[in-house]
Amino acid sequence: MSTTSTRPKAPTRASRATARHVDRSYPLWFYVPGGLVYLILFIVPTIMSFYFAFTRWTLFKATFIGFDNFVLFFNEPGLIGSLRNTLVYGVLTSVSKVVLGMLLAVVLSSPLIARGYLRSVTFFPVLVSSVGVGLTFQVLLDPFHGPVNAVWSAITGADGPRWLTDPKLALYSVVGIDVWKGVGLATLIYIAGIAAIPNEYFEAARVDGASSWQIFRNVILPLSFPATSTVIILSLIGGLRSFDLIWSTTQGGPGFASDVIASVIYKQYQAGFYGLSTAGNVVLFLVVTAIVYPLSRWLNSREAVL
Amino acid sequence: MTLNRRSHLALMAGIAAGALALSACSAGSLGSSSSSGSAGSVTITMLVDNGDATVKTANGIAEAYNATNSGVTLKIETRAQGTDGDNAVKTKLATGDMSDLFAYNSGSLMQALDPGKNLVPLTSEPYMGNVSASFKTAVTSGSEQYGVPLGQATGGGILYNKKVFAQLGLSVPKTWADFMANNAKIKAAGIDPVIQTYGDTWTSQLFVLADYYNVQASQSDWATQYTANKAKYVDQPAIKGFQRLEDVFKAGYLNKDFASAKNAQGLQALVKGTGAQYPMLTFTVSAYVSMSATAKDDIGFFAQPGDDASKNGLTAWTPGGIYIPTTTKGAKLDAAKKFLAWFATPAGCDAQTKAVTPTGPYMIKGCTLPSSLPVAVTDMQKYFDAGNVAPALEFVSAIKGPNLEKITVEVGSGITSAADGAKRYDEDVKKQAQQLGLPGW
Repeated sequence: MSTTSTRPKAPTRASRATARHVDRSYPLWFYVPGGLVYLILFIVPTIMSFYFAFTRWTLFKATFIGFDNFVLFFNEPGLIGSLRNTLVYGVLTSVSKVVLGMLLAVVLSSPLIARGYLRSVTFFPVLVSSVGVGLTFQVLLDPFHGPVNAVWSAITGADGPRWLTDPKLALYSVVGIDVWKGVGLATLIYIAGIAAIPNEYFEAARVDGASSWQIFRNVILPLSFPATSTVIILSLIGGLRSFDLIWSTTQGGPGFASDVIASVIYKQYQAGFYGLSTAGNVVLFLVVTAIVYPLSRWLNSREAVL
Repeated sequence: MTLNRRSHLALMAGIAAGALALSACSAGSLGSSSSSGSAGSVTITMLVDNGDATVKTANGIAEAYNATNSGVTLKIETRAQGTDGDNAVKTKLATGDMSDLFAYNSGSLMQALDPGKNLVPLTSEPYMGNVSASFKTAVTSGSEQYGVPLGQATGGGILYNKKVFAQLGLSVPKTWADFMANNAKIKAAGIDPVIQTYGDTWTSQLFVLADYYNVQASQSDWATQYTANKAKYVDQPAIKGFQRLEDVFKAGYLNKDFASAKNAQGLQALVKGTGAQYPMLTFTVSAYVSMSATAKDDIGFFAQPGDDASKNGLTAWTPGGIYIPTTTKGAKLDAAKKFLAWFATPAGCDAQTKAVTPTGPYMIKGCTLPSSLPVAVTDMQKYFDAGNVAPALEFVSAIKGPNLEKITVEVGSGITSAADGAKRYDEDVKKQAQQLGLPGW
């Protein structure tokens, strides 16, 4: 309402005008309920967790021990392996979702028979809970009694791979399940991104005699970049802090072969090392921020250039 | 219009704040749902885990107690099992929200509850005289005793199929060399000599944990040295347990689906005779007995063999206990103690026997077991009768590393060597010791 009247005013007066505008229609205390929830449920626990990360905490008492938890956490024998696994997991799932999501979106944006149905089918796994997916795949991928290896044996005549129990294979099997479950969301974002490209570009390209590949390479790919950056950021964050799927399929095993930072932290918590696991959470928070923040800034600047 | 909008917003904010206060209120009142029974009688609650056998036992106890005692009514509440249950118990104690009585493991897990602060000491209660000495050790922290035994002792060793043994003319091995010789013959007959089930990771620990009788037989002060950070798993004699695990894997004696099979599948294979021996705890007896009509008599049990046949004995798991938290006060505390006085007698044992078939001896003096028990239970009872029993390490030392089951999976499936696994477990144990604030770490 009053926004329209402030717009034509000189830029020097704009800030004061905005301030007055905020003052008039949005009293600050209106934010109190929301702010209170945010403060109590997010800010206070976050600050407390930074404190407890420096203590040996049994829930009954907390002893301040300085940086010992962090030293212990980084000395954790499985930590280097789990850091590597976290990065492998995050990057692999993210890249696969970008590539497969883009391809599926291009296919599902073209005039197909039963397009709506196929779109729903692609999106469906996103709606299922990760734990349900994990338990289902545990049954499907059982090396001796599961249907996947039954088919494998029927075709090749030999025993199939031990998908979730071979230490070399377990992490990649979970990556595959994660991609199956998450690619629907990436596809959805890409379909929206492709639909947002103005039709003129396609018409112009066709008039110039561009092939389908050229249209994909020079129109769809660059102009759906905002969708790509969204998918990268979302899936990378999801991959780096992924826990539920790994826990419900392999529990970080066999041994420690598919442990990621989140599962290491959870095991510390399970064992009752509350201070240590809180320190691990602080580390995870910093790692995710250190990777995602610059990446997000860079992708945003790329978008701005476009 | 502005004014109008403003008051509208204020109203909305008010409603939101009110809703918040309301929801906070109802959440709070959920926690304290202590309903007092009929006038003159006190109702006390007991928290147990939601395992099938535990719930049946607890309900049997409550029924028997409520039928024969007036003035106090016992009610059962349940919680999750495993590590989720551990955290539930710790959280309830830390927030003062614990039931009037609760059942929980004895030994190292009980030590992690900070008993001096959270539990009511029972040392001077007269009925503690009925409790066996080895159980008292497992519920002692500092100079006080805190619990009364619930359930029976469990043996850790090897369940074996007697039909397979009879068919191949094998006898129960007293040394590891005999055990491996048996395995070679069983394998030659086309049967899996040793069943392992790493789909349930906890089952992988047996070779290490059940070897403790042999450890303490060759070095009697090992547990004390271990608690004081002086004895290690990388050294003899304790490293043997890890080597046993490595031995059977390297010799190819495991069932081929060892990496994915679950405990129930392992028991199934044992009952069917496709596998001959299964390192296990005897509490699983009730699970396999229901798998076939003859399983009760087909499956026997022997202790994990060591190097010396003359020092053959059983590693036993002490049952969990019933504890009173310090938040139980006044009439409820009196009622809780009154219940324990009844429970720590043969009447309490009989109530448990009636509810669930026992899988081992009771830890309360004067309690007897019924006849016609499964063969594995009577096999185990022989070690108790002969006095060749040592409590498992977790009941004589407060330290048990949380990652043991992952490490034993690694060693048992050839991902790492016994030496590396033992070294890794020594590291793992350090955290637990520091968390408990033990001296010397």
